[in-house]
Amino acid sequence: MTTAMFLVLVVEDDGELCGVLRTLLESHSYRVVDATTGERGLIEARSHRPDLIICDLGLPDMDGATLIRNIRGFSTVPILVLSARTMEGEKIQALDAGADDYVTKPFSAPELLARVRASLRRTARSGESQPLLYLGPVTVDLTARTTQGQEGAVHLTPLEYRVLECLARRAGMIVTQKQLIREAWGPERFGDTRGLRSYIKTLRQKLEPDPSRPRYLVTEAGIGYRLSPDERTGAA
Amino acid sequence: MTESERRDPDALLAAVQRDAARARRGRLKIFIGASAGVGKTYAMLEAARAARAAGADIVVGYVEPHGRVETEKLLEGLEQLPPVDIRYRGMTRREFDLDAALKRRPPTLLVDELAHSNIVEGEPRPRHAKRWQDIEELLDGGINVWTTLNIQHLESLNDLVAGITGVRQQETIPDRIFDEADEVELIDLPPDDLLERLKAGKVYVSDKAMTAADRFFRRPNLTALRELALRRTADRVDAAARAYSGEERISQPWLARDRFLIAIAPNDQAEQLVRVGKRFADALDAEWLVVSVETPALLRLGERARNRRIATLRLAESLGAQTVTLDGSSAAAALAEYARLRNITRIVVGEPRRRGWRALLAPSTAAKLVRQGQGLDVSIIARRDESRRVEMPERSNPRTVSWRRYWAAALISLLCTGVAALMYPYFEPTNLVMVYLLGATIAALRLGRGPASLTAVVNVLAFDFFFVPPRLTFAVADLQYVVTFAVMLVVALVIASLVASVRAQTRVAGARERRTALLYEMSRELAATRQRDNIARVAVKHVAETFSGHAVVLVPDPAGRLLHPRAKPLPESLRSADLSVAQWVFDHGRPAGLGTDTLPAAAAQYQPLRGGSRTLGVLAVRPTQRRRLLLPEQQHLLETFAGQIGLAFERASQADEAQAALVAAETESLRNTLLASISHDLRTPLAAIAGAGSALADPELAIDGAARIRLATTIETKAREMSKLISNVLELMRFESGEVRLRLDWQTLDDLVGTALGQLHDRLTDHPVDIDLPDALPAVRVDAPLITQVFANLLDNCVRHTPPGTRIAISASAEDRSVRVVVDDTGPGLPPGDPERLFKKFQRGREESNAGGAGLGLSICRAIIAAHGGAISATPRPGGGTRFAFTLPTADPEA
Repeated sequence: MTTAMFLVLVVEDDGELCGVLRTLLESHSYRVVDATTGERGLIEARSHRPDLIICDLGLPDMDGATLIRNIRGFSTVPILVLSARTMEGEKIQALDAGADDYVTKPFSAPELLARVRASLRRTARSGESQPLLYLGPVTVDLTARTTQGQEGAVHLTPLEYRVLECLARRAGMIVTQKQLIREAWGPERFGDTRGLRSYIKTLRQKLEPDPSRPRYLVTEAGIGYRLSPDERTGAA
Repeated sequence: MTESERRDPDALLAAVQRDAARARRGRLKIFIGASAGVGKTYAMLEAARAARAAGADIVVGYVEPHGRVETEKLLEGLEQLPPVDIRYRGMTRREFDLDAALKRRPPTLLVDELAHSNIVEGEPRPRHAKRWQDIEELLDGGINVWTTLNIQHLESLNDLVAGITGVRQQETIPDRIFDEADEVELIDLPPDDLLERLKAGKVYVSDKAMTAADRFFRRPNLTALRELALRRTADRVDAAARAYSGEERISQPWLARDRFLIAIAPNDQAEQLVRVGKRFADALDAEWLVVSVETPALLRLGERARNRRIATLRLAESLGAQTVTLDGSSAAAALAEYARLRNITRIVVGEPRRRGWRALLAPSTAAKLVRQGQGLDVSIIARRDESRRVEMPERSNPRTVSWRRYWAAALISLLCTGVAALMYPYFEPTNLVMVYLLGATIAALRLGRGPASLTAVVNVLAFDFFFVPPRLTFAVADLQYVVTFAVMLVVALVIASLVASVRAQTRVAGARERRTALLYEMSRELAATRQRDNIARVAVKHVAETFSGHAVVLVPDPAGRLLHPRAKPLPESLRSADLSVAQWVFDHGRPAGLGTDTLPAAAAQYQPLRGGSRTLGVLAVRPTQRRRLLLPEQQHLLETFAGQIGLAFERASQADEAQAALVAAETESLRNTLLASISHDLRTPLAAIAGAGSALADPELAIDGAARIRLATTIETKAREMSKLISNVLELMRFESGEVRLRLDWQTLDDLVGTALGQLHDRLTDHPVDIDLPDALPAVRVDAPLITQVFANLLDNCVRHTPPGTRIAISASAEDRSVRVVVDDTGPGLPPGDPERLFKKFQRGREESNAGGAGLGLSICRAIIAAHGGAISATPRPGGGTRFAFTLPTADPEA
């Protein structure tokens, strides 16, 4: 970890869970500030300027989407949402309000930490471009728009590159179908998810080692997609 | 207590219920007098002052002061409700304000003149036509009422009083009000004193009534009225004493109550008979029945007479009689038969109208009863002068009177004569008689009684004139022809009469059949209907049709407030029903509106729909022709309709209650299974978590290293298991409560399967999955997370119930408008028994298996697939193992 320790704001009304999160994060060298209400969370977000906010959707004083919209009014800090399963509607609302990703309760420690890392990486990366994607044996160069597979070059259409770019910009995090369509096609195609699905299917066939069991380009049912490339530092 | 003195439980129960009802109801006290001017109001006010002085909260609702100084003086110091001003034809009258009284709700309220009639057409419109109805409502509202009454206003004494005084009272009250009053105080004043008061101007008599009053306030009248008042009050005391002893003990339970029967004919004496019957019944403390026989003769009477018959039956009902309508060709036979059936030995009939030789030819019902009814006591009541004055009943239905028929009758005679003239040279004159008889028969068949009689007479004359020697004169040479003429005439008349009577009977039967058919048709449709809305629709349709108008059925919400129906109105629906009138009807269980005594100015009539002892709704009818609905015959029919509809509602609500009870029982049993299952499946992992947690937390144990990790892992695994179980239970509950709304979107199956495989990645390590999804598979419009869960649950199920290494295969094929998905495993196969069982809640394939899970996974799958409009099934896989198959529509499931 870097010497400049990241500051994480945890907005969670359950004290126990708050404590667990604090222990978990501090043991991984993050600094933690916590708030038990949305109101408090807003104040802490303004005063401490955290590097990441973890926020529960079921707060006593305001709903998660409102809190996220409020934070987005003054900050682009990555926001990770905690929510129960089967609450797809709420998750999508939160993501559309500006949250970056979500973790389903109950979560495991490694899962949460992975999401935290991915979110923080996005901030770190936001200035520079991340031209190379490593998907197992396949390497995609987004700048040069070339893809190298196990058996030589793989051809991707410009639109497929655009979809991939969009996912790669938020690698490791969820991208809702709405966001994806808007960014890859433009706002006029808004609402047609069938086209998107067929592009994802072709992308999987071109990039995934086993397209019927996607590993890198994963569907979050009912919400969107997540691209999780292998983390490699060196060049291929 | 000896056997003979045992209490009759039914009588006791009735007494208890009576007491309970009485406790809630206000008490009624009546100050009764023989006539106006005896000082009832004065006595009532004095009593009120005394009660007031003793600290009672007593309020004067309305007292007619008639400008008497004494009365006004007594009113001073008593709280008085302001009267309401009723405008009527440009005049203003001060009347009792019922709503103000109900609002003030004093413990005791004084309202003068029980027999007073409200101005029904006044503005604002009074609720009831009669003050006694106002007072009933006050009593129902728990308010004690004191009121005054003159004896001549009692319904059952009405004709007696008219007989005594020659003045008929229009304002009457039902006897039951008087009989059921809690207290009656007789204000007695000797006639001489009353006359003196009258002379002194202390009795109020309006100018208009002055002439009548002159006739009324005469000593013999007053003496007779006083006697009547004393006797009626004494009878009441007597009845109360009997009721008391009856409640104490029934000493002769085997002795049935006395019962007698009053036979009324459709004539003007019927009303008198009913009143006499009431007096008999009171005097004998007997049950009484008023019976009317629908004979062919009845149908020959005009509509007015028929309606009067029904009105008389109504009167009898209001006086407490049981009314019965019989039918038969002979009133006497029907009555005798009925009396035998009901074990009645005493019959009261009216005075026969026919006298002298006509009585010998056609004996009266009374005479026939005496002859036929062995063992019957027949009492004949003499006709009162007063009733004899009333108009004679109209004869013969005007429809059948037509001069053209008489011309036709004459023509028939002419034709007969022509035929006879042709036959004359060849036949004996006696044979020509046959031709004339044939003509008379045809006339009877085609033309009715009157014209047929004409034919009969003309035939005889023509026969005499043309064919009996000396011909072309009316003289008769041979006297034996006189016999021929007589027989000819009698036979023709008898035929005419017989045919007419047969036709009339057919018409009676026809009318009754139509009524029965209308009712039967509705009853049959109602019987096939369970749902309230549909019952209302059927009822509205039939009632509107039968009474040619508009109708609506209003049912209450759970709070007992009537609402306009929400269902789409039928063309026959009445949309302008007055909810406030309907609410009154619903609350009081009594009819109101058009044609009734309550709110008669309303445009529609409102009938309560009673089922059992409850009022379940209100039927409102607005006829196109008001007059038609007001006919008593129609009223009776409408009430019968309302009764049928009420019963249908009662049936529906009983069915609902039974259904609710069944559902409640099922829910209860499900809840128990759920609790048992959850408490087991939750407690087990909780025990593990608590155990592991406490071990980790205990500093003395100082667990570390591998053991520490093992404990922590246990906690995580068990917590996840619990979480899964809870979400399954919640999910299922959401489905069952209908809370789940599908978020449909076009999805490809491979994406859904892939997502599920990703979720189950760790669990599937020992179970290789083969996927065979054709590229050409159409997209399905589904809720992605839910279908993913179906795959996950099915896969999880395979993993749990098959040994490691078992292969799982997922395949799909397009079918007509759907996609069929198959999940196969090569495991041990289905447990014995009905595979459908697997989809039930809390079912595990094998009892007591260790497989874990609360048996909710497959029920959730079924709920999800069903919500998408598909079906899921479990069958043995050909070649061993289990096959789960489900279908998903490719078309929009909600379209």
